[in-house]
This record gives sequence, structure tokens and C-alpha cells, in this order.
Amino acid sequence: MSSRREILDLLRENARYTTEDIARLTDYSESEVAEVIDEFEEAGIIRGYQAVVDWNAVESDEERVRATVELNVTLDRETSYDDISDRIAKFPEVTSLRLVSGDYDFDLEVEGDSMREVSHFISDKIAPIPEITQTVTHYIMESYKEQGMEFDDHDDDDRLSVSP
Amino acid sequence: MTFEPADRVDSVPPSGIRRFFELAEEMDDIISLGVGEPDFSAPWAAREAAIASLERGQTSYTANRGKQELRDRIADYEASTHNLQYDPDEEILVTAGASEGLDLAFRALLNPGDSVAIAQPCYVSYVPGATFAGIDVVDVPTRAEDEFKLTREVLESSGAAEADALVYCYPNNPTGATMTAEEMADVAAFCRENDLLVFADEIYADLTYEHDHTSIATLPGMRERTVVFNGFSKAFAMTGFRLGYAMAPPKAIEAMNRIHQYSMLSAPTTAQHAAIEALDNCRDEVTEMSAQYDRRRKYVLTRFEEMGLDCFPAAGAFYAFPECPWDDAGEFAESLLQEKRVAVVPGTAFGEGGSGHLRVSYATGLDDLKEAMARIESFLN
Repeated sequence: MSSRREILDLLRENARYTTEDIARLTDYSESEVAEVIDEFEEAGIIRGYQAVVDWNAVESDEERVRATVELNVTLDRETSYDDISDRIAKFPEVTSLRLVSGDYDFDLEVEGDSMREVSHFISDKIAPIPEITQTVTHYIMESYKEQGMEFDDHDDDDRLSVSP
Repeated sequence: MTFEPADRVDSVPPSGIRRFFELAEEMDDIISLGVGEPDFSAPWAAREAAIASLERGQTSYTANRGKQELRDRIADYEASTHNLQYDPDEEILVTAGASEGLDLAFRALLNPGDSVAIAQPCYVSYVPGATFAGIDVVDVPTRAEDEFKLTREVLESSGAAEADALVYCYPNNPTGATMTAEEMADVAAFCRENDLLVFADEIYADLTYEHDHTSIATLPGMRERTVVFNGFSKAFAMTGFRLGYAMAPPKAIEAMNRIHQYSMLSAPTTAQHAAIEALDNCRDEVTEMSAQYDRRRKYVLTRFEEMGLDCFPAAGAFYAFPECPWDDAGEFAESLLQEKRVAVVPGTAFGEGGSGHLRVSYATGLDDLKEAMARIESFLN
């Protein structure tokens, strides 16, 4: 018997599967699939649906520049991680923001049209936030795998077209 | 003196799948649902272990029976997953694919002139394998109304009681049929009553979706008369490594090994290193691949139902076996290939028992599978 989790797994595999597809792939009916997805969305379990883009394959004038930024912060009695993250996450240039363990506190991903734009964003908007003590920016040069998808996965089917 | 095939070779026709393969190979842009192997590559950890073994220079022969570490792991694996208890020292033989194991069993455990009952439709190598060994074949055609399961009734009516051994494969290639514990118990009783050896091809055991797989060797009085064949090709997606194994009481393994040590010496060494890693660290991948096949199975069965194509709910391997809407399944498959560029295999390629049906493999990515189903639907209309 299929579980609700399977519907989640299928949407993570391909968010464009229709409710009809998912019903055929599981033991659920189409209306049950639609209901479960609605529930996931309402409960905030599914937060959105996005395409996984290989920017290297996009025409250069439409290219996006991305960087990951290590942020160190200091806290005081009045300021928590949540307060700082609220301020940072609001910027549309920030595509992801995570609190991490290790040598730095926040792991930030930033996207812009050029290196210049990204640099200015870090120096003008992020670095001046009073709690931030240090930023280290890494520009992404090449992306090999995003969200579980390999970009050059050599998956040509070399099997014989008919075999016993 | 010129080269002429020996009589027993000449008596075996070329594989029925061959002609179809040649037809499909000539065409571009086909979606093939005619493939009898996984679309996944072998798990990366297993491939990496093979590479590492080559880097370390581990390229010599192994023990005839296979590396000790591999046989130990096979014993543990079979005990924990299929409730089979075999001694890795005396009761397990690592072979170049399950097919080699079956060939060894025909030659080592039966005499020319003995007869073997073969449940049909079946994998293409059983009948030729028996014939090459000089063994007579008793066809046991399973029936569509039994969902291609082996029953006492078909065993009795086909004269299997007079045979020396029974060969079958469940979960089945080409039908996708499986046998429950109760159904297998009937077959076991028949084999005990009629003193048949059993060659049980369980290569698809881990791809059983609706119930647990039951090995006949776990049933009372069966272990001593059964050789179980399994391997890494299907569940572990390692077809090209050519690695399987046979499990049986010491006398059977000893006899099979006597041929194996001269003809094969030992199964491929690199493949054995990959298989050790596969058993140690790739079980999660097997579970994930099996879950993917199960989804595709549901998808294909649902789509066939939507198009009004009769198909029993195949619960194993990666095949569905719908009834062909035309009288001649070969003609249907050929037209489907030519007009819609979708390859399926006519059931007759797997023996007479498969006539009037089509083998549809869902070992194909979901995007292709969806497109293929749409094309079949438009072909039917």
C-alpha cells in the first residue's frame, strides 16, 4: 500500500507529475492525491515548486551569478539567530539561508546578474548589519549537481534494444 | 571435415528474440519496452569497489567456488532476506551469471536421456540448455486463467510427474507472475510425491511487490532436492558483471563445481569484488530501485486497464504480460514497432505458453514509459 510520503517523494522527483500521473503510480485515486497535496501545501510541508536550472547551459547574456557566503555573527541578550536571519532572508537576492554548525554561523546563497552586483549586495546590504562580524564569499564557478540532479550524468541508454 | 554444428546444437533454433532485436536495432528513435535488464546502472559503491580492486591489482583467479568473503556474505544475505540457510563452504557456488549455474545443473545433475519439466513461458535459455545437455524437455504450459502460476493441475496434465526434474522461474520472466507461499506449497508437494529435483531460478526474488517471496527450498522436504539460483543482475542492476550463484546440498554443488572448475575456473574476479560491496553497502539502492519498479508497474497496469488491454496484475520482476488484441502477437509487435516506434516482445519468443501475449518491460524511465503507453494507446485506436 502506498503511503502519503510516496506522494511527497514523487513530487520531489518531478514536481510536474499531474495528479493523474501520481494516481497511476500509486494506490491512491486522483482525488485522493489532490487532497493529500492540498494538505501538504496547507500544512506548509510543501513550500513551493521550482525548476532545477543548469545556468551553464543558459545563453550567456541571461546568465546568473551565484555565490555562497559564510557569515559570522555575534549575539547579545536582545538579539537571536532568528532576528538576524529575518533581516537577511527578506532580500530577494538571497536564495537560501541556513544556520550551520562549524567555523561560521550562517550559510547564505546569493544570486545576481553579475559578480559586481553580487559583490555590491554583500558589501552594501549584508556586511553592514551590526551583528555580522565577518563575511567570506565564494563565487560558484561550475555546478555539477543541484537538488539531487546530476548535470552531466552520462545516462545514455547503452542497453541492447531488445534482450531476453 | 568441415565445420558443421553438432546435432544437438543444430536442433536448437536461434533465439526467437533475435529477429525482433535485429528489426529494432535498424530503427532510430524507438522506445524499447523489450529489454530484459534494469535501466539503472549498478550502484555506484559497487562500481567503485570494482575500480578499486583493479587499482590494487586484484586481477588473478579466485577459488573455483568464488571468494570466501563473497560466499560468506551470500549466505548471510540469503538467510536474512529469503530465509535460506546454506553453508558458504560447501553449499554455495559463485557462477558467471545465474545462467551458467543452470547450465551446470543440467549437465552435472542429470544424464542424457533424463527429462526435465519446464514451466512455460520461460526465460529463453532453459530449453536450449537442457537440449545441449542431451536432456528431454517436458513442456509445462502455465495458463493465462491461472495468471501464469504453476499449479498442480498443469503439472499433472503435462506429464511432469514422469520427469526427473522441474525447472521454473518465479517471479517470472516473461510474465511477471509470482507464487505465494500456499501456491508454492502445492508445487512442493507434487515434487515430493513424484520424486522430482527442482531447479528454482529466483533471480527476481527481491523484485516481488505484493507479498513476500517464498523459496521452495524453505518448504518441508524440499531443501534436499532443490538447487536455488540467484545473482546480482536484476535486483542489484549488475547484469554486465555476469555474476550469479547456485545454492544446494554439498553433493550437488560438488558435482556442479567439477564442471565449473574446468570450464570457467572461477567467476570474474572484478565482479566478485563489486558484489561483496553490493551486499555490504548497496541494499538501500536495491530497495529504492524496487520501489521505482513498483510504481512503474502500477502505472503500466493502470494504463492498460484504461486502454482496455487485458492484463493480469503481475506482481513481480519488471514485466507486464498483456493479452494481445490481435490473433498474431508477432504481427502486432512488428506493426507497433514500425508505426509507433515502440518495441515489445511477442510472448511466443518465450515458448508456446506465451502465445497470444506481449512481454512489456517496465525497466525504462518513467518519461519514456509514459510516452510509450500513449503511443500504444493511439496504436490501439
